[in-house]
Amino acid sequence: MTTSGWRRGVAGVALTALTAVGAVTGCSAADGPAGGAGGAYTVWDPYPQFAGGSDWEKLLQSCGADAGVTVRRTGYDTTDLTNKALLAAQQGNSPDVLIVDNPVISTLAQAGALTSADETKLDTSASAPNLLGAGQLDGKAYGVPIGANTLALWYNKDLLGQAGVDVASIKDWPSLTAALAKVKGAGKKGITFSAIGTEEGSFQFLPWFWGAGAQLTALDSPPAVSALTLWTDWLTRGYAPNSVINNTQTTSWQEFAGGDYAFAENGTWQRANAEKLDFAYGIIPVPASAGGTAPAPTGGEFVALPVQRDTGRYDVSTKLVTCLTSPDNLLKTDTTLSYVAPVAAVQQTQVTADPELKVWVDAVNAAKGRTGDNLGTKYPKIPEQLWTAVQGALSGAKSPQAALSAAQDAAAAATR
Amino acid sequence: MSSTRGGRWTAWAFLAPVTVYLLACYAYPLYRNVELSLRRYTVRSFVSGGAPFAGLDNYRDVVTHPTFGPALAHTAVFTAVSLLCQFTLGLALAVFFHRHFPLSRTLRALFLVPWLLPLIVSASTWSWLLNSEAGVVNAALGALGLDPVNWLTSPRWSLVSVIVANIWIGIPFNLVVLHSGLQAIPTDVYEAAALDGASGSQRFWRITFPLLRPVSAITLLLGLIYTLKVFDIIWIMTRGGPTDSSTTFATWSYRLGFGSLLPEFGPGAAVGNLLIVVALIGGLSYVRAQRRQRW
Repeated sequence: MTTSGWRRGVAGVALTALTAVGAVTGCSAADGPAGGAGGAYTVWDPYPQFAGGSDWEKLLQSCGADAGVTVRRTGYDTTDLTNKALLAAQQGNSPDVLIVDNPVISTLAQAGALTSADETKLDTSASAPNLLGAGQLDGKAYGVPIGANTLALWYNKDLLGQAGVDVASIKDWPSLTAALAKVKGAGKKGITFSAIGTEEGSFQFLPWFWGAGAQLTALDSPPAVSALTLWTDWLTRGYAPNSVINNTQTTSWQEFAGGDYAFAENGTWQRANAEKLDFAYGIIPVPASAGGTAPAPTGGEFVALPVQRDTGRYDVSTKLVTCLTSPDNLLKTDTTLSYVAPVAAVQQTQVTADPELKVWVDAVNAAKGRTGDNLGTKYPKIPEQLWTAVQGALSGAKSPQAALSAAQDAAAAATR
Repeated sequence: MSSTRGGRWTAWAFLAPVTVYLLACYAYPLYRNVELSLRRYTVRSFVSGGAPFAGLDNYRDVVTHPTFGPALAHTAVFTAVSLLCQFTLGLALAVFFHRHFPLSRTLRALFLVPWLLPLIVSASTWSWLLNSEAGVVNAALGALGLDPVNWLTSPRWSLVSVIVANIWIGIPFNLVVLHSGLQAIPTDVYEAAALDGASGSQRFWRITFPLLRPVSAITLLLGLIYTLKVFDIIWIMTRGGPTDSSTTFATWSYRLGFGSLLPEFGPGAAVGNLLIVVALIGGLSYVRAQRRQRW
């Protein structure tokens, strides 16, 4: 081969290598719908499950018609949406209305990608303060909650009956663990949850973490260690399956739906699936360590208005948001999504229509924003350490104390 | 004179599409990735621009990160073991299918199935098979009277599990390429060897293996590049966990960039660039070897 041949070879190989790793960098081509088209307003939401003719789509169109514009809607996978929203903000083609998971709001707001409610005259007064908190940064609200969900314990009534467990006796951690022991003694499986190494895993751990009295500012405090020890002990004693380490909330629900598990920690959004269970089920709040209800983290999405170059668009966008979050429409939306409404009056209507929802409404009212504990934008750095610690302890790689100490050191370094 | 100039213009015109394509789809993303890795990006500066130049800070952060050592070791083990097993098994199967026998075509086609399946399907199937509670593998172990193994959820086994799945997916590629390489070896060489009384293993080691060298080299190079960037299988099966025990550079780069609520684009891009460098080194040594062979 000649020298130029060698060079050509090098270039060829370099390009091959680039192709190979190109996937890692992600293509940054502008592919999002631009917000510039005349009477069309774009909406992005994390509800890809709703197709063209769904009630949700119809609601968006009717809100658009009221405001005299057409609405173009795109549904994204929820984890994908954060990245899409950031890239769109970078390229100046953000959607007019963005519906996004609540802990992302403070991050997007910090990125300067969202307008504050003061700027757009968006009315946030109707929303419950503990829900609205997740969308606040430096005292300003950057969106309105469209619906709320949270975690509780689902239980299999038939199975508990066979094992002789009275669900009313479960008031705190020791009584819950005793119930699990009884279930295991009866040859069944105790409890399933999701401890996967993503945000989902820390979301599921937080009720126990907070229920022990721990705070996200001190991951290695004795209450925090006691919460992780509770989970670890369940695994070592066989009350919870080892598969929880890789369970998403969906796979955990599938385990519960199989009928072998007495309890499952899962959310409001499973209510539609619960109708399909072939056994009787019930719901109790997650107990705190010494009794009472543990604060579960609030879940659910916010409607926000991303920053636009053409500030004249905010008027119509605000109208769209106001329409989406009006009591009647909230009721419709939250019923389709199996969510609890973020507004007290609508919650009452929901409970009147479906008394089963009472447990969830109470749980949502007791719930706590993840960005609380005075963390704000420091929050996103913390769950990664928390889920790493949970995985470390559950897989037996580290003791709960050692895992949480390492997590606290890493979190302190990351948020410094 | 004018005709040569016209010819040159035509030549450029023919070259333009591929040049534009290469610049837009390869050079620019690479440039952006290098730039990302050299600046201190926060979400704010990612959106509004003006991220300060940070030199090699991101690389320094990445190299001193507690995940770096394990990720490097896992990437090396994952790549080396995958390549070795895929190549050995692929070659064995290629030699096996080279001797035509009834149904050999059908069987060979069946071996391609792992390659044709979308990765999300094969990875999800593997994670069901290996599930600690309800997996088929543990049920089989139980039937044999053995204790169940936490394939995906114990730090000791998670890397093994993803390697096994990756080998299964990689065999068809090696089989196809090596099989076509075998067909290019002239049969009269084998006939001559048979006349000289060469045994089966002698024929393999003295004829097949040496004559297959060029094809083997390119198979291994493509395998290296492909295996280094394997992301989907690991992410779907273990998310790189538990606690980094199956994290490779590819999954780490993704986790830094997109895996948490607050993206760290700089360090994520830095890890991605390290991968490019490794793939580049592999490619260059291939070109070198080729060059030596030709001379």
